[in-house]
Parts: sequence; structure tokens; C-alpha cells
Amino acid sequence: MKIAIASGKGGTGKTTLSSNLAKFLAEEIPVVLIDLDVEEPNSGLFISGELKESQDKFKMIPEWVEDKCDACGICQSVCNYNAILQLGDLITVFPELCHSCYACSELCPTNALPMFPKKMGELRHYQSKNLDFIESKLEIREEQAVPLIHQTKSYVKENIPENVIQIYDSPPGTSCPVIEASKDADFIILVTEPTPFGFHDLKLAIDTMEELDKEFGVVINRDGIGNDDVEKFCDREGIEILAKIPNSRRIAELYSQGKLLYDSIPEVREQLEKIRDYIFELELKMVK
Amino acid sequence: MKEIVVISGKGGTGKTSLTASFAELAGENVVVADCDVDAADMHLLLKPDFAKSEDFYSGYTAKIIQDECIQCGKCAEVCRFNAIPVVREKYVVDPIACEGCGYCARVCPTDAIEMNDAYSGKLYVSETKAGSPMVHARLGIGADNSGKLVTKVKTEAKEIAVKKNKDFIIVDGSPGIGCPVVSSLSGADFVVLVTEPSVSGFHDLKRVYELLKTFRLKAGCIINKSDLNFEITNEIKTFLEEENIIHLADLPYDESFTKAMTNGKTIVEFDNGELKEKIENIWKDISNN
Repeated sequence: MKIAIASGKGGTGKTTLSSNLAKFLAEEIPVVLIDLDVEEPNSGLFISGELKESQDKFKMIPEWVEDKCDACGICQSVCNYNAILQLGDLITVFPELCHSCYACSELCPTNALPMFPKKMGELRHYQSKNLDFIESKLEIREEQAVPLIHQTKSYVKENIPENVIQIYDSPPGTSCPVIEASKDADFIILVTEPTPFGFHDLKLAIDTMEELDKEFGVVINRDGIGNDDVEKFCDREGIEILAKIPNSRRIAELYSQGKLLYDSIPEVREQLEKIRDYIFELELKMVK
Repeated sequence: MKEIVVISGKGGTGKTSLTASFAELAGENVVVADCDVDAADMHLLLKPDFAKSEDFYSGYTAKIIQDECIQCGKCAEVCRFNAIPVVREKYVVDPIACEGCGYCARVCPTDAIEMNDAYSGKLYVSETKAGSPMVHARLGIGADNSGKLVTKVKTEAKEIAVKKNKDFIIVDGSPGIGCPVVSSLSGADFVVLVTEPSVSGFHDLKRVYELLKTFRLKAGCIINKSDLNFEITNEIKTFLEEENIIHLADLPYDESFTKAMTNGKTIVEFDNGELKEKIENIWKDISNN
């Protein structure tokens, strides 16, 4: 079972929930936590384990072989991303614009643009008793998160048994990275806060999940600040509120130190129990 | 004209609340650009009038004309994005997976694939309640290319600033270090980094600063919620000193941020005390820097 933890707005508590929930579930069953927020991965700051595997991840980029090129101009004309520029007999490739579609490379009549791997990030796999933790980090100046998210999931598929619960710490927003992160999830937990920003971005996230045809529930973080618009909205729309994590300075302090919450804050443990029960019920339903 | 871009790496540090406050303090002498197009929130505080809107298209999406298709499958074979599955014995394009490269259309032997402009979102040109022009956007659901939409927002803002002779452009950037952030940063004169003293906040600040360094941009930093963790606040200060980043201010952990937002106001409209004064001083520093 794959659960993506997402939110429209950044900083609502995705990482807090992902790391606490994963560790909490791992007290009973095997769990794998995957940090797919590859631009700014943070789950690793809260989860420790023994490093099991470390891999560089590559994307394929065309490299110009001058000797073979007859400057026909096909490569430039087929690239829809303006990643290839021809000036006279000279071809320049802009790797950060390239989407690795292979069109230039394979349509080149003289094979002058073979594809070569270029490092786009690093994957690390840590292990502790019941918990596997996998994270990927995008190289600075590398602009596209999607290919790295994709490869991270491929790694999980190859290395983690199907029946282990997978928790995705997803990137913020509503565009391509979060779609790549959540598209194969069985269930989405949308984390929000009860403020106008949180509410506005929750609605955007819901639109996105509906477009993807995903089942989802909501967790309200920092419950008690702001107003009750989120709750009223969820009630009206029949959206399940899975849990409410209270607003407290103590929680913010523990978070700031990179500490998990549920051991020292019983209210958080109670809320995690609720989410656990919900997940177990979902699993039962899926088996049926 | 001076372009000030506010970013944070990590979300939820108070970036938008502060950016909106600066916009409020700049009065009419500013063009506001909300470049966090993925989850644009600044309009909730600045109350723009959504006066003008236009659809924005960027990139392409493939579409197979079924009458012309001979089911040879060449398109699916060359597609690197797995965007052409077989559904009910027919090849069809999954518009969300399609990245618009057009390779399929080029190899199709019967020209059965057309490349259509992809809807990216809506662009708005408004006037805020403070009387300043504001350019903002709403990314289409599942749309690609948020970087291109960011560039469009910025270009539009710049044109208005030149035309109306404004001294400032204030840009609310997006979280992360990927394409929308890179697009937000291009052309900036000064970058304001908003961070918080948490292990995540500091980690993300360092990463986004690595990106900034490659642009060689001048930057200043606000440590928000600085009293939450004095140890990390001090570590951040050391980092700022080492990297020659201007330390603009420390702001306390203060629920006025949320209360102002809940009232649909910027902090400088809502608070009349020390917090307001501090933000006014930061704006003075930024605008004179």
C-alpha cells in the first residue's frame, strides 16, 4: 500500500507527519519512508539508520560529436524545449532545458548526438529495525525534479517488497513534481493548516487529486490557530478529516531540533493512532 | 527600478506574509509579482481586483486523431514518458504524462498526431487595495511548465513597472530550488531569504543559497521565529557572516502572522507594535540596499 503525504502550501507539516507516522507504524509493521521532495528533502533530518546503499542518479543528455555532424539542422528543429542551438556549423546543447526525449539523438541522420548520462542527483537508502528510509537529493542548478522522483520510485520497486507500507513525503505545490510523486499512490493524505493560506492551497491540492482520480483524506496541523473554514469545508464536501495535530510552541521547538514528536507529546500519539487505524482499514478494504 | 525577490527554500517560513507587508509599505510605488504560481496566496492579503485576465499557453500536448491512426505503435515506442498507453485496443495520449516533445508526431507514418498548445494557467493583472499594480497567476490543474508561467508573470510586471515608472518590483518566489525558483530569480537586483531556526529551515536555506551563488546575486536574510531555537539561530548567523549575506533582522515567533492572515491583512496593517516597526526597518534596509 502506497500513501502519499502532500499539501498545496509548503510548510504545513508534510515532513513532520511523514517522519512521525513512518516511525510510529514501524513499531508494529515494516514500513518504508520515501522522501520525494527532492528539491528540499528534510525527512532525513528526523530519521536515522544505517546507510545501506548510495547511488548517483543520472539523466540522459545528448552530446555533440563534431566530426560526425553535417550541420543539417534537424536536431534544433525537432527540439521543442529550445535545448539545442545551432549557430553556423556549431551545435550547443543546454542540458538544463533538455527533457531527455531522445528526438534529436535518434532523428539525427549521422548519429552526431549520442545520449550520455549526466548526474542529476543522489539517492540514499538507510535501514533501521522495521523502517527503510530512502531519499533523493537534486543537484543544485538541476531544474527538473520529475526524472529524479521517477527513478527514486523505480529503485523502491526493485528493492522493497510489494507488501510493505510505503509512505511518500511529497513535494509541495500542485504542478508536475507533486503529480509525479502521487500518481501511483493508493491514498493521499493532504496536510493543511486552518489558515486562509492553508485553506486556499488545500482546495488547489484537492482539485489536483480529483483530476488524478485519487482517494484522499485531510490532516489538520496546527489545529487551534486561524479559523474553522477548513473544517466546515470538509464537512460540507464530505471529506474525511483523519486527524488534527494541535498547535503548540512545544511542537514547533521539538521540530526545530529535528526530533520526533509522539514520544514526548501524547496528543500527537493519539492522532497518529487514528491515522494508523484508518490506514489499516483501507488496507483491509483493498484486499477485499 | 529595482527588483527584489523573496524566497525561502522551505515553505511555511512566513515568506508570503513578509512579502505582502513590504508591498504594503511600498504603497503605490511598486509592482507586485506573485511568482509562487503553484500555490499563489498573496492575493488573500493584498486583495487585488482581478481586473484583467488572460489564458496562458506554454508547450504542447500530443493528440492522436483516431481516424488517421493505423495502430502501428511507433509513437508509443519512441515516447520516453510512457504517455501513450493502449486503452481499449487504441493508442491514446495521457495528457498529464505527455511532456510535449513531439517525437511521436514526427515518427507517425500517417501524420495522425497533432501537437496542441498546452494550457498552462491564467494570468491576472490587477490593482491591489493599496493602489499598486499586481501581476499574479493560477496554474492550471496538473499543468506543466510552471517555470514558464513564472517568467510570464515577471515579464509582465517589468513592463508595467517601466511604463508606470515604478521604483520597485517585489516578487514572491516559490519554495524549492527547481525551475520555478530559477525563473523567479532571473533578473533580480536583490534577494531576500526568509528562514527559520529549525534543522529543516537551515538545511533548505543552505541549499537555496548554493543556487543563489551560481547567479552571483546580492542577498539579505530574515530569521523568522528566531526565538524558537537560539542555538540554530546562532548557527545561521555564523553562516550568514561567512557567506557575506546581509543579516536583515530577527523576528520573534509570533502568532500575529496567522492572526493578520485570518483577518485578510498584512502584518503591518494588523500589528501596531514592535513587529510592525521591525518590518518597517527591514523594508527601509532592503529598499536602500
